Amino acid sequence: MERTLQPITTGTSVLGVKFDGGVVIAADTLGSYGSLARFRQCQRLMKVNDNIILGAGGDYADYQFLTSVIERKVIDEECLGDGFNLKPKSLYSWLTRVLYNRRSRFDPLWSTYVVGGLQDDDVFLGYVDKLGTAFEAPTIATGYGAYIAQPLLRDHWEKNKGKQTVEEARNLILSCLRILFYRDARSLDKYQIATVTKDGVTIEGPLVLDTSWDIADVIRGYE
Amino acid sequence: MAVEFDGGVVIGADSRTTTGAYIANRVTDKLTRITDHIYCCRSGSAADTQAIADIVAYQLSFYEMELEEPPSVKTAASVFREFCYSYRDSLTAGIICAGWDKRDGGQVYCIPLGGMLVRQPFTIGGSGSTYVYGFVDANYKPDFDKEACVNFVSNTLALAMSRDGSSGGVIRLGIITKDGIERRVIKGKEVPRFFEG
Repeated sequence: MERTLQPITTGTSVLGVKFDGGVVIAADTLGSYGSLARFRQCQRLMKVNDNIILGAGGDYADYQFLTSVIERKVIDEECLGDGFNLKPKSLYSWLTRVLYNRRSRFDPLWSTYVVGGLQDDDVFLGYVDKLGTAFEAPTIATGYGAYIAQPLLRDHWEKNKGKQTVEEARNLILSCLRILFYRDARSLDKYQIATVTKDGVTIEGPLVLDTSWDIADVIRGYE
Repeated sequence: MAVEFDGGVVIGADSRTTTGAYIANRVTDKLTRITDHIYCCRSGSAADTQAIADIVAYQLSFYEMELEEPPSVKTAASVFREFCYSYRDSLTAGIICAGWDKRDGGQVYCIPLGGMLVRQPFTIGGSGSTYVYGFVDANYKPDFDKEACVNFVSNTLALAMSRDGSSGGVIRLGIITKDGIERRVIKGKEVPRFFEG
């Protein structure tokens, strides 16, 4: 019986947050091979079409497989030429079914996905993992991000009562990426950040994070 | 890692301590004082190496009082070995003992996991070292002066930190000569950068 036993080349956290008029998703550009930082220019964010962005953590080969399937789906729809475009909720639904069915055969696609997009003026942000667990939320963080970034994202969201500009959302995401680089041993200071608004999709990157190590000067010994 | 030169040694380490993939301390000081002229680089279990270093420093301070002269680097390394060999099945400690003494100048002693002791012109240790064996073998020269040693150590550590997930943070250096230790920290944009693809 063929089944996936372990992830090999992996991506770490993916972060997502909604803002007024769109959604921002970010991920670093590292493909880890166990503890080895093997591939340092791995793109983990994907533009599906002008309304949808997808970010992935976990096994990179499984992500590449799904990416090629999704790209084929988008091309097939363009070929139909009926003016219909894939919607974020449809992709999210489809992804959930695919991942859950693979899990039920004990042969999971060992990755975690964050889907963000715009559908009929509604902002969409969803999470699907290798078990087929799926949910929507205004803030999403996978991997170590779930422990370290999610509290920060939620705090900001609650304080602003769910209203923030794209700059505020971006800065929040960047400060979370910075903290993850400080604290996640499988992360990198190079990242990509993608934004969806009614004007379309932009994916920026690879960019480099500013970091501060000034406290190192204060530490001497261990007592 | 540690490198001998004529007149002393240069020791260096990264500053990351991890519990699995969580970075428990990103600004650790892994260069630990045994005496004013003898330091050790700690790798493996932080608890084990701290306990050993504390005991060795304590024993050597007694030794110094009794003999009324500073202990030799060889003696310090020997005390480390005694401990690490006797308790080899209970410890995970990779230690580099390096420093300067009047008799033999700068010396580097390597005490890896099983508790052997060997003196080397330079040595590397820790999880990140596996990625830089090729680099150090290709770039080491026996006639390095102090600054050449500093560059060699900085470049080696930077490469290891950039590939090993369990290594990172800042580069801590120590230059030990007859005048004691000169400590340096290389952080942020000053850390050497190489191919980043």
